[in-house]
Amino acid sequence: MKQTQTQNQHRPKRYGMAIDLDKCTGCGSCMVACFAENNVPFKQDETDKLLSITWMRVYKITNGKKFPETEVCYLPRPCQHCAGQHEGHSPCVSVCPATATDYSADTGIVSQIYTRCFGCRYCMAACPYHARYFNWWDPVWPAGMERYLSPNVSPRMRGVVEKCSFCFHRYQLARDKAYLEGKRAVSEAEYQTACTQACPAGAIVFGDLNNSEHAVYQIVQPDAHNHYKSKNPYAFRLLERLGTNTKVYYLSSREWVRKAGDNYLANEEPGASHAPNQHG
Amino acid sequence: MSSNDHVNTHGTAGEPDPSSHHAPGSFPHILLFFIIGLALSLVVGWGIFPKLLYSQKSQPFGFSHKVHLEQVDQGCQSCHFFREDGTFSGSPRLAQCLECHEEMQGQSEDEAIFVKEYASKGREVPWLVYARQPDCVFFSHTAHVLGAKMDCVTCHGHIGTSDSLKPYEENRITGYSRDIWGPSLTGLKHNSWDRMKMDDCAECHAKYDVLHDSSVQTKRDACFVCHK
Repeated sequence: MKQTQTQNQHRPKRYGMAIDLDKCTGCGSCMVACFAENNVPFKQDETDKLLSITWMRVYKITNGKKFPETEVCYLPRPCQHCAGQHEGHSPCVSVCPATATDYSADTGIVSQIYTRCFGCRYCMAACPYHARYFNWWDPVWPAGMERYLSPNVSPRMRGVVEKCSFCFHRYQLARDKAYLEGKRAVSEAEYQTACTQACPAGAIVFGDLNNSEHAVYQIVQPDAHNHYKSKNPYAFRLLERLGTNTKVYYLSSREWVRKAGDNYLANEEPGASHAPNQHG
Repeated sequence: MSSNDHVNTHGTAGEPDPSSHHAPGSFPHILLFFIIGLALSLVVGWGIFPKLLYSQKSQPFGFSHKVHLEQVDQGCQSCHFFREDGTFSGSPRLAQCLECHEEMQGQSEDEAIFVKEYASKGREVPWLVYARQPDCVFFSHTAHVLGAKMDCVTCHGHIGTSDSLKPYEENRITGYSRDIWGPSLTGLKHNSWDRMKMDDCAECHAKYDVLHDSSVQTKRDACFVCHK
């Protein structure tokens, strides 16, 4: 076994997100910011939401009760950047026949390389979160809008799958600056996603889940010995019991919201059951 | 055909029949046809197609790296420098050129074009960038030059001592510069700067695989290191 830097010489980063659903108002700023930041294509007619490409999508959930007990919660859903049970065994990555998507042990980010993807959409079938989208058409920008596209994000073509990258290009640019200033580490403020910065309620917190100085670590309190399960009683992950070991944590003080994050039986407590292959 | 031959040879025994010689005699014709076809394909494939594939464009005006390098103090970095945010300036903007070229410095025709057409009108020079990578590539000059301490020559060759700019060759299908595929059609290379496809980047990254192994799947660099 060769000695590798990533595995032995420094503690890798683990970029993740904590989204406070009690703060989220469902305004959709994160979605708009994401569209603009990542050159996400849109069509003239976006009425069929099954064909819409939304790296960040705000879902509306309700407790299903009648007035006056009705409650609504909005749930923003970026790519969850699953680590799986073996750190790098994401559902999408493990099925891709082209290695068009891979898992970085350095950042914990699941990549998507458009020029490598040939559009079989196996990853979309594998993703439990519907976070991946297929380009059925080449993007058509309204006249003049191509001048407003971000040069830091490669636009996609017809026939490939795309998804949220945790604004990885921002990490690349932050690293460039860090190199110029003598190979120092990228600080928390230097790498933030567009949705995090756009949220007017401050509901999204982004940072390194392995760095105890980062706000996201302090909120989530991930248990590194238990597949990064949160020690915060108000935190949950989507479909946590699948064992996808995602890096997007949701927070809510409302039990029905926490229960909506997974398929629980009527009399089951949220978080009561454990992920498969859980040690201890 | 064979039954006709049989009847013919049977009917006119002993006499040479011109039609029976025709079948074996046509074989060299087919071979000749094949050889001509092969030669034609080779001429088209190796000669005509590459000529058609690349369009030749010339730069707005001539430029001598050699002359400039003799005049400046800080080598390549005098004009191709890092910005404060860590990005690389690449081809100089008009503002950098104007630091010296507000007025004519010499008598060359190229400089006259620059001063007349660009400097005095405040227009940016539309340089054609030989080394521009495809859109999906993220290349960090800081990581290579400051991080890995590589010199410019490794990837760009001895452009700093060249006296003129070569014509810019654009692939008509992909729109990329010919420098990406390299001058050799066979894809062979003699110098590290001859071409810069993904394989050429990966060659060096694989050599230093202790530093470049972040992908769980490939045990090489993760895709999101050089791609965006």
